[in-house]
Formats: sequence, structure tokens, C-alpha cells
Amino acid sequence: MSRADVCVVACAEAFRGDGEILAAGIGGPITTLGARLARMTFEPDLLTTDGVCHLTGDDPQVTEGWLPFRDHLWLVLTGRRHVFMGASQIDRSGNTNISCIGAWERPKAQLLGVRGAPGNTVCCPTSYWIPRHSPRVFVERVDMVSGVGGPLLRRVVTNLAVLDLRTPDGSMRLVSVHPGVSVEEVVDATGFELVIPPDVPTSRGPTEEELRVLEALDPGNLREAM
Amino acid sequence: MTAAEVAARIESGMTVGVGGWGSRRKPMALVRALLDTPVTDLTIISYGGADVGMLCAAGRVRRVVAPFVTLDTIPLEPHFRAARQQGSIEFVEYDEGMFMFGLLAAAHRLPFLPTRAGLGSDVMRVNRGLRTVRSPYTEEDLVAVPALTMDVALVHLNRADRRGNAQYLGPDPYFDDLYAKAATSCYVSCERVVDSADLLKEGPVQSLLISRAFVTGVVEAPGGAGFTSCEPDYGRDEAEQRRYATTPWLEYHDEQG
Repeated sequence: MSRADVCVVACAEAFRGDGEILAAGIGGPITTLGARLARMTFEPDLLTTDGVCHLTGDDPQVTEGWLPFRDHLWLVLTGRRHVFMGASQIDRSGNTNISCIGAWERPKAQLLGVRGAPGNTVCCPTSYWIPRHSPRVFVERVDMVSGVGGPLLRRVVTNLAVLDLRTPDGSMRLVSVHPGVSVEEVVDATGFELVIPPDVPTSRGPTEEELRVLEALDPGNLREAM
Repeated sequence: MTAAEVAARIESGMTVGVGGWGSRRKPMALVRALLDTPVTDLTIISYGGADVGMLCAAGRVRRVVAPFVTLDTIPLEPHFRAARQQGSIEFVEYDEGMFMFGLLAAAHRLPFLPTRAGLGSDVMRVNRGLRTVRSPYTEEDLVAVPALTMDVALVHLNRADRRGNAQYLGPDPYFDDLYAKAATSCYVSCERVVDSADLLKEGPVQSLLISRAFVTGVVEAPGGAGFTSCEPDYGRDEAEQRRYATTPWLEYHDEQG
């Protein structure tokens, strides 16, 4: 069991209980494998895509539906999509930024633009995959609110830990640390004060069945590149 | 028509919508023709890619209206980035769904359409002209996305007949039909002009995306989306896109002749 396996399982767990909605992943194999792993094990009604405009079957080579961009955007408005997005910055309330660094009026670094983040985060459950947990990403205040934090934010999975907003005031808490990671490491890599429960569990690894599925879904081990 | 003839109809200060999405089925032959004119001060409405990047690099743009500008496999568009960081363009930054509602509003000749997308985000802070509207039925406040009307729309499709009936054969129509309906004049470039009688030999009736009622002119431009993709006629030319993204603009543009 590798760190990547733990991260894929942590992403898959985000989709638990979602039912017949689209499980989408942005930012590489960890999130898309998480969606497919959830579908092939404990959440069989999930819909998945090929990352373009085909809804894929249990066999990813099979096309079971069509989802061009216009329908994708429409689907978001119905709330029937749970996406793993990336974030260049995220704050304690779960607001995220993918638009630009520095003052918006004349940014130090122009990034992607807000893309679909504003709509995704007010219409649909949203999670985040942050491959490098660091104080540059976990900041006191994001420069441009692209994704809106709040109760629709399900979980944040990083290379070190799992976090969410299930605290009385909706500020970010540590849910679990990945095997081999200490709470202190996560605290040091976070640029704001996290809510830390008295006992922080360890993120679970894949079961034997999940590992079998994962190896079938990713025989080339692309997930190890994270 | 030729691409140059289309470009000659575009005047400084106009609002130009560009079809496609990111680095997919962009009307690059028409965009490159525009670079050969002295036109400047344009407002570009686009799910942006190299169309926005080239026009910014060439100093033709006053304002960009977009939810993103990306080359897909190269996430950050270098020339758009530089223009933003130098402060040389205005940016109207919308959510992707808001942007679609702006196109839909214009295509329906409505002043705006309401949506939840954008609420709570800094899109509302940085776009000072954006207003909310209260639902008369539910008391809910919604973003009133203004119609993205445009003087000219430029789109690239797989096939068209001479009169402007245009057909897509790839997996995604993107929003090209909405651009056509939102514009005062829409110009279609295509991989191949075919007889009207042959359109349905190319694809099913549902692939006839744009009616000639919304098209002012047709340009036959084989390869006219390159280096962006135009499935199924060709995929993205990744090597050429990399060269575009890594070569200084003047050098790149000079090489194009």
C-alpha cells in the first residue's frame, strides 16, 4: 500500500452516499481513480466520464452517455455532480482560488481564471485534491474567491491528510493523517490554525478488494506520479 | 468568402465572439486573418484559448470576457497571462455557467438571465457592473447575467454548404450555435464546403448545428482550426502548440509570414 493508494481511497470515500450523480475528477489520476474505485466498489450508481464528453460504463471503454460541455454546465445547476477540483489557494472557510495570485486588478501571476468554480461550489457537492500540502496553498486569505466555501464542501484530500469543514463555525478541521504522517507535519504545512480533534485517526488504506480493483483500473501505476 | 474578406469586415472597437472551447475547434484561420489587419481595441468574448492569446500578444484587445483562457494541455495561456500581468487589457471574469447564460440571454434577445453561479464568489466583487435580481416567486437573490451580445461571431465547423448551413462532426458542439445566434453577423469557417444535398451524407441531421439564417458568410479553410483540435478531422497539433507557447510572439508571428 502506497501513499498514492491512500490518497485514491480518501478521494473515493468522498463519494460515499452520493448515489446516481456524476463523480468527476480534475487534476490527474488520483481523483479520477477515486471516482472509478468508488463506483466499482461501494457506490455502484455513480456516473463517471472519460474527462471529455463521454459518460463511461463500468468498463471505461464503454460509452453509456453523452455529456458535452453545455450539458455538463447544465448538470452542475441540478446539483447532480460532485467534482474534485484543484486549488492554488484555500483558506480556513474552504474558499479557494484558481484565478490569479496578487491583486486581481493587476495580478502578480494570472492563473486559469475562475472556470466553473463559483457555480460548482454553490450548486453541487465539491471536494478538493491538493497534491502538495503547504503554507503557500493553505493560506489565511485567498487572493480571489473562485470556489465558495461552506456546507457543500465535502472534503479536502492532500498528500498528507484529509480535512473537512464539519465544525460548529465551519472552519477547517483535520479529519485524518495518512499513514506515516504526524499531526505536527500537517500543522506546519498549513498557513492557518486548523481545528485538531483530541484523537486524530490514520487515513485508511485500500481493502484487499479495493487494491484488486485499483490495480485493474491503473495497471501502469500512473497514480504513483500523484 | 476568404478569411481576409471576413477580417476586413471587422472594425476597431467591435465586440467579437469566438467559438470553440480552450484549445478545441477555434477558428484560427479567421483569427490569423484578423492579425493581418490594423484592427485594434477589440472586446473578445470567448471560452478562451490561443485566439485570445494571439490577439492579446498582437495588441489588438481592449477587453477580454471569459471564464478562463487555457491551451488545455498547457494549462496557462502565456500571452493572455502576460497581458494581465502587464495590466494591458481589461478582464471581465465570469464563471463558465454564467458565461453560458450570457450567451443564452443574447441568443434569446433577453437583457439577462438569472443564475446562482457566481453568488458568494469574488466574481461579484471584481465585475463592478454585475447586478443581482430578486426572484418574484421565491424571494431568492440571483445573479442577473447580462446578455453577451456581439457584433461579430467567428466559429469553425467541420462542414458547411455555401449558404451557411454548418455541421459539426466531432463529439461536442461547444457553444458555436449560441455565438451565431448572439451575434449581429456570424462568419463560419469550415474544413470543407459541400453541396447542401451532401450534408446528410457527412453526418446525421442533429449534426446540423447552425442554420444559414444566422450566418453571414462561409469560408472554406481546411486545417482552419489548427493547431487547436477539430475532431474527427484532426486532433490538436501539440508540437505546434508547444512551439507557439514557448516562442516569443514576434518571432512566432514572423515565421507565420
